[in-house]
Amino acid sequence: MSGSFQRLVEVGRVVLINSGSDAGKIATIVEIVDHRRAIVDGPTTNVKRQVVPFNNVVLTDIVVKSLPRAIGSKRLAVFLEKNQVVEAWQKSAWAKKIDARQRRANLSDFDRFKLMRLKKQQRNIVDRQVALLKKERA
Amino acid sequence: MARLHEYQVIGRRLPTENEPTPKLFRMRIFAPNEVVAKSRYWYFLSKLHKAKRASGEIVSVNEIFEAKPLNVKNFGIWLRYDSRSGTHNMYKEYRETTRAAAVSSCYQDMAARHRARFSSVQIIRVAEVNTADVRRPYIQQLIQPGLKFPLPHRITRPAKRSDRALIIAKRPSTFY
Repeated sequence: MSGSFQRLVEVGRVVLINSGSDAGKIATIVEIVDHRRAIVDGPTTNVKRQVVPFNNVVLTDIVVKSLPRAIGSKRLAVFLEKNQVVEAWQKSAWAKKIDARQRRANLSDFDRFKLMRLKKQQRNIVDRQVALLKKERA
Repeated sequence: MARLHEYQVIGRRLPTENEPTPKLFRMRIFAPNEVVAKSRYWYFLSKLHKAKRASGEIVSVNEIFEAKPLNVKNFGIWLRYDSRSGTHNMYKEYRETTRAAAVSSCYQDMAARHRARFSSVQIIRVAEVNTADVRRPYIQQLIQPGLKFPLPHRITRPAKRSDRALIIAKRPSTFY
């Protein structure tokens, strides 16, 4: 029915909250209010059950299958545990990229120094090999 | 959170020698604050009974809070409003989590669709409607079991207006 649209708003869809005090956390759609809002709950990720507009949220590829509509927080936590939802999110490339971005932003000057040294060492090893290979080819 | 709050206002006529214990009249009023609630109380009460603010007193004003504010409900609202050329009754349905939010939605909706201001709209009755008794198709489409839909046009907005970049490297994609 939705053809090229793979990410649908549905009960059980995991969303990443973009703005507000819960920004950066994931939660699950528990009930749809209307075309613009849904009730979202994240018992294992510290997101209180609340109504969020879709503008403040990003749909992810993760869906909790056969989640009953308007499920309570405690039973939702059980479903999330069983389907390993939070782990699936943290393993995803998306979550890893967000994590890397945050780590880079929070580097101290000493960390940047260490990073520079490690990159230099890496460059040294790689460039030596490249130079040798070039010599062989020539 | 909702623009309007629901208040329970109880008032009566002032006691006189002929009527030492007048009857109490209770109304559930939707208003932005208690002051407006009391004012609307007298507006309605003087239409229904021989009682006015000058010769009456408000006994109590209490805010009524929603019992289950995290459950979505289908509300049917019966209202009466003044248009430019007459006064009409209406029945509208809203899908909201609290009565106050439904009534706020209703006022906004009346203002948008019929240019009816707050003072021209009288809420007669607000009731939760069972899924089977929903009359309006725009609500029926939201209560079907297994509802799912895509968000076809995604506009990526930064979390804060100050984070908005003036110049970006790539043209934004609206595919979700």
